Amino acid sequence: MSVAVARGWTPTLRKPSALPGFGLTFGFAVTYLSLIVLIPLAVLVWRASGIGLEGIWHVATTPRVLAALQVSFFTSAAAALINAVFGVIVAWVLVRYDFPGKRLIDAAVDLPFALPTAVAGIALAALYATNGWIGSLFAPWGIKIAFTPYGILIALVFIGLPFVVRTVQPVLEDFDREVEEASATLGATRAQTIFRVILPALSPAILTGVAMAFARAVGEYGSVIFIAGNMPFVSEIAPLLIVTRLEEFDYSGAAAIATIMLAISFVALLVINGVQAYSRRRFGDA
Amino acid sequence: MAMHSPPPDGIDRRPPGGVAIAITAEGLAKSFGTASAVVGIDLKVHPGELLALLGPSGSGKTTFLRLVAGLETPTAGRILFDNEDATRLTVGERRVGFVFQHYALFRHLNVAENIAYGLRARPRRLRPPDAEIRRRVADLLDLVQLSGLGKRYPTQLSGGQRQRVALARALAVEPRVLLLDEPFGALDAKVRRDLRRWLREVHDRTGHTTLFVTHDQEEALELADRVAIFNRGRIEQVGSADEILDRPATPFVASFVGEAVCLSVEGTGDTIRIGSHEVPSQGQKIVGPAELYVRPRDLVLADGAAGGIAARVVAVRRTGPARRAELTFADALPPVEIELPLGHPVAKGNVVPVRFTTLRVFPSGQDGGVT
Repeated sequence: MSVAVARGWTPTLRKPSALPGFGLTFGFAVTYLSLIVLIPLAVLVWRASGIGLEGIWHVATTPRVLAALQVSFFTSAAAALINAVFGVIVAWVLVRYDFPGKRLIDAAVDLPFALPTAVAGIALAALYATNGWIGSLFAPWGIKIAFTPYGILIALVFIGLPFVVRTVQPVLEDFDREVEEASATLGATRAQTIFRVILPALSPAILTGVAMAFARAVGEYGSVIFIAGNMPFVSEIAPLLIVTRLEEFDYSGAAAIATIMLAISFVALLVINGVQAYSRRRFGDA
Repeated sequence: MAMHSPPPDGIDRRPPGGVAIAITAEGLAKSFGTASAVVGIDLKVHPGELLALLGPSGSGKTTFLRLVAGLETPTAGRILFDNEDATRLTVGERRVGFVFQHYALFRHLNVAENIAYGLRARPRRLRPPDAEIRRRVADLLDLVQLSGLGKRYPTQLSGGQRQRVALARALAVEPRVLLLDEPFGALDAKVRRDLRRWLREVHDRTGHTTLFVTHDQEEALELADRVAIFNRGRIEQVGSADEILDRPATPFVASFVGEAVCLSVEGTGDTIRIGSHEVPSQGQKIVGPAELYVRPRDLVLADGAAGGIAARVVAVRRTGPARRAELTFADALPPVEIELPLGHPVAKGNVVPVRFTTLRVFPSGQDGGVT
């Protein structure tokens, strides 16, 4: 270091730091990320590029693929938003109140992580079918849940819930009660305190949870196919279409759909990250 | 102190109605489960007064402040704002300005938005127009000497600046009283001293009845009109700095304020026996075991004069501008301190005659003694 300083500033990738370890950890991170994430994704894009950009565009704009992409992304976004609301409420209850069975409920939040998704899908399908416990309550009004896009939504809400709860919970635990009290002494109502003070403070955590729930929902396959009914143009999700193409040995078609999903997801996560970075900057990053 | 001369800039920031209000606590008590934090407090705070609540941690002073604010509900007793019973009013209805030790600023709002928060939170019909809010925020930024920093976020400010924002935010809602919970507790010594003087100025300009909690004696005695000494959920004494220092009402006050050393002594009616020495009791008729609280300024060297008692010098130290010696009267008694004239040739091991100028003595076993 002292030699470099003596020679004056030499352009490097990093800012000088007193703590060593950058080379080692950076090298490891890049290698690891390449093996696990980047190379598989590159192969995917490479496979898709076999049919050319025009080919990908052609695959993407077939009505069935468009419909499937629409179902996938709309239900995932809707599920993530529903989880944003109810996940925050669950986190709130778990952090702020003491009640018998709290530990049990706290543990139950993680079940969607642990349960094989196919099992979840089958259980949900049985519950929400027109002759199931919950489905039969809605059937008299002509509302069908299982085997429609609503079924997909329910499956995606189920698997996404832990993400929001687990990201919001620690932030809420650290939230300074005095800030709430300050708001109250300034004459704000409880609702004003929640919407003007607490939720803005939680928003980076909520956004992270929503982004993770959304990403997970877009890629979800196991639970959805059991409850969705999988009718093309109605309740067929894009991942299922990919599997269908694979079973037809249409590898480049499958890769093309996957590449499109990858691109849309990447842009969506980039946008969410951008919003997050903005709110964190305003927040003063602490 | 309740004089309301208009502030030099001509802007009247007094609470509406113009007169600061009195706060009265009657038998106020609060317990958390089985633990009592406050055990029946009667206190009258005069309109416009700056009163410090001083005590060791866990003595109930913060709980008392939070009871006045309405952040806690009392288990017994009443709080009156002037003659109005405020006990059942919610925090918002009490219209108090509360300043927290750790500022409790809204981090996602900038300084101006923080200050305007209380005004903007009002129901529409009571909310001042936007231009008026902006004007008031600008005035308050002037008052707390942060003009031009309205667009900063709290994390971009120093601790002292944040606490001034917190005070401006509390003043913005035109509170009837101002309550400060260890407002300078998280700041370093230099900033504390500056803010202390500044708070006194702000108080004199705005005229709010103000209660502030502190565990810093110097701060309480220097800043406040009167000081209430808390111990174990009770108030031991309320009085001016002079009264607290010169005429402590209880052994606890005598030992807590100043740097007193406690000696076990024996009262004989007209004299106090310290080890094998006897000194005149200065009019206090105490018979039996007693406790004597000695501060460095209570003793003088009695060179040549009569009536001095012999004490052995254990150590000589230099503390800031003064020179001090530690003296013992008997082997069983802890050493006491005395201030020495700068050139005095006292050395360790000498035996010197000393005389008590003040004798603060309490019969043993009085409730509230040092534990």
